[in-house]
Amino acid sequence: MPLVRETNFHQPGKRYFRRYRAGDDFYEALINMHRELSDEQSAKANAKLILLLANHIGDLEVLGEALEIARSGVDSFPENE
Amino acid sequence: MFHTYKNPVYEYKKSRDQNTSGPVHHPLVVVGAGPVGMAAAIDAAQQEIPTLILDEDNTVSVGSRAVCYSKRTLEIMNRLGCSQPMIERGVTWNLGKVFFRDQLVSSFNLLPEDGHKLPAFINLQQYYLEEYLVRRMDEFENLEIRWKNRVMAVETNADRVVLSIDTPDGPYQLSCDWLLVADGANSPVREFLGLESRGQWFHDRFLIADVVMKAEFPPERWFSFDPSYHPGRSTLLHRQPDDVWRLDFQLGWDADPEMEKKPENVIPRVRAMLGADIEFELEWCSVYTFRCRRMETFRHGRVFFVGDAAHQVSPFGARGANSGIQDTDNLIWKLKLVMTGKAPDRLLDSYSDERVYAADENIMNSTRATDFITPKSAVSHTFRDAVLELSCQQPFARDLINSGRLSDTAFLTESALTTPDSDRFGSDMVPGAAMLDAPVTGSQGSQWLIDLVGGRFTLLYFVDETATLSRSVLQDLEALGANRIPVKSLVIGGHGEPAAGVATVIDTQGLFRKRYDATEGTTYLIRPDQQVTARWRAFDITKIVAAIDSATANH
Ligand SMILES: Cc1cc2nc3c(=O)[nH]c(=O)nc-3n(C[C@H](O)[C@H](O)[C@H](O)COP(=O)(O)OP(=O)(O)OC[C@H]3O[C@@H](n4cnc5c(N)ncnc54)[C@H](O)[C@@H]3O)c2cc1C
Repeated sequence: MPLVRETNFHQPGKRYFRRYRAGDDFYEALINMHRELSDEQSAKANAKLILLLANHIGDLEVLGEALEIARSGVDSFPENE
Repeated sequence: MFHTYKNPVYEYKKSRDQNTSGPVHHPLVVVGAGPVGMAAAIDAAQQEIPTLILDEDNTVSVGSRAVCYSKRTLEIMNRLGCSQPMIERGVTWNLGKVFFRDQLVSSFNLLPEDGHKLPAFINLQQYYLEEYLVRRMDEFENLEIRWKNRVMAVETNADRVVLSIDTPDGPYQLSCDWLLVADGANSPVREFLGLESRGQWFHDRFLIADVVMKAEFPPERWFSFDPSYHPGRSTLLHRQPDDVWRLDFQLGWDADPEMEKKPENVIPRVRAMLGADIEFELEWCSVYTFRCRRMETFRHGRVFFVGDAAHQVSPFGARGANSGIQDTDNLIWKLKLVMTGKAPDRLLDSYSDERVYAADENIMNSTRATDFITPKSAVSHTFRDAVLELSCQQPFARDLINSGRLSDTAFLTESALTTPDSDRFGSDMVPGAAMLDAPVTGSQGSQWLIDLVGGRFTLLYFVDETATLSRSVLQDLEALGANRIPVKSLVIGGHGEPAAGVATVIDTQGLFRKRYDATEGTTYLIRPDQQVTARWRAFDITKIVAAIDSATANH
């Protein structure tokens, strides 16, 4: 299965009536995880999170695709001063 | 400033109540003639409740404040007889665009389908909305407005509420059975009663500027993250009627509001945003700090809090006035049933239960948007920018961009009034949902479902072919019309001629069937506020009566 690019957030047994809701639930949880962490601690927590999710996905083809997308944007998007 | 609009001045008149020795008694008094108080008063008058509304001022909103009104609010205004001038003057829009560092990264369409009487959103200055509400109020014999009447004190007793009021002719008192408090975010009445609205402040400031210009920008909502003309922060551009545009600049917490408000400081910001060659004039501007908060409960005995007095949100998502008007939609029919002895007092508690639930959802969505727009830490800033960068190519990231989740309705599935589904349905018109509109054909031609439902309980009964409508169902529908809480019936046919003896429309475009997942015999019970409260796959009068009892706390 290729990398899922469409919105895929959901929770078993929970009904979502608004398209944005499950994604926003996740995003809030993600930001909350970082609450009161220093930048270094946050970077470490992010690294752990990526490793956990990567293992969960497992499929190296999917992971490879994600790695490529994540890397490619980083230096090409214009920065403001 | 102020080029396109001149505030009307409404006349203060000394009322007879000011000459009496003791306080004159009224069934219902509304404090505050903002959009929410006026919607409440019109709804009550329409429900034949004699209503008095008081306001300390004698004009409409000074400066626009609320701009965007949602489809659900327009549907309520439609029921209150005020939507037409709003639609005529308002700017209809569906499309929102998001820019990141001057690149378009996402756009969203709020109403991707046709077949609704009212648009997804209109933009209209708050003063116009209020003017139309004042005009509509004047049409009711049983509705009185008293301008320049400032409530100074409130005393609550078991059997009535006593108000002390100040006027240009000095103070007087009056009493009422029920008091609706719609006196805005800083609610003096809330304070008089020793009550609080609690929540959080956001440590940021926003410059809101309305400018007049002739520009060829389309009627879309443009939200920009980190644009080159306002680096590191966000801006918003949105069109209003009369060539007025709403501009919004995030300033940061350290900005000095008094300095930022000065035209000589506002004009360069506007020029940087619009480009040097666009001519404009400032209509109005103000600097805001936003907060999200609510009262613990919206009912205190004979006193109900509605609108900003009860709950407040940051404006990303336009949930303030929209949700306040939805409060009154929820409350007035319940009040009418209790006032006429058709429902017990505890039905009124459900107003607070249902609207606190909705307020929490509005506060949650507004808070999330504010957090996305103004990230509070380096890591959340990094995530925010990563979402925006990814969104050029990745659809999922587009959905994560939160520049304000525009006002939508809460699904009151957990409400004690709703009858949970016992049959299987494939649509979102669950018990607790605000009903969706659909085009139908009646004896007078094309009609909208939303125009045929509301103000009282309505039963929607679907049959494929109207000729097959059974005599026993017809008899039951007639009996429901004579129920203690009367239910109006509307038969919706897939095909056929109008049935005799009952209001019938035909679902010529099949959109009712689709939106309500209707099959032969599908029955929906709709509350007076156009909320679905129960639905079944087959008609069963015992279940219908039980659901009405449940929806009115009569069990
Ligand atoms: C910049 C900005 C943008 C916004 N944009 C939107 C938007 O796009 N969409 C949206 O839905 N909402 C928006 N809002 C929110 C919206 O303006 C408010 O939610 C709305 O005005 C609340 O209406 P209300 O009737 O509850 O209170 P108010 O409009 O504040 O009215 C309260 C009334 O009570 C009267 N009053 C006060 N005290 C007394 C007293 N003691 N005695 C008698 N009368 C009294 C006042 O004179 C006033 O008329 C915005 C707000 C701001 C600041």
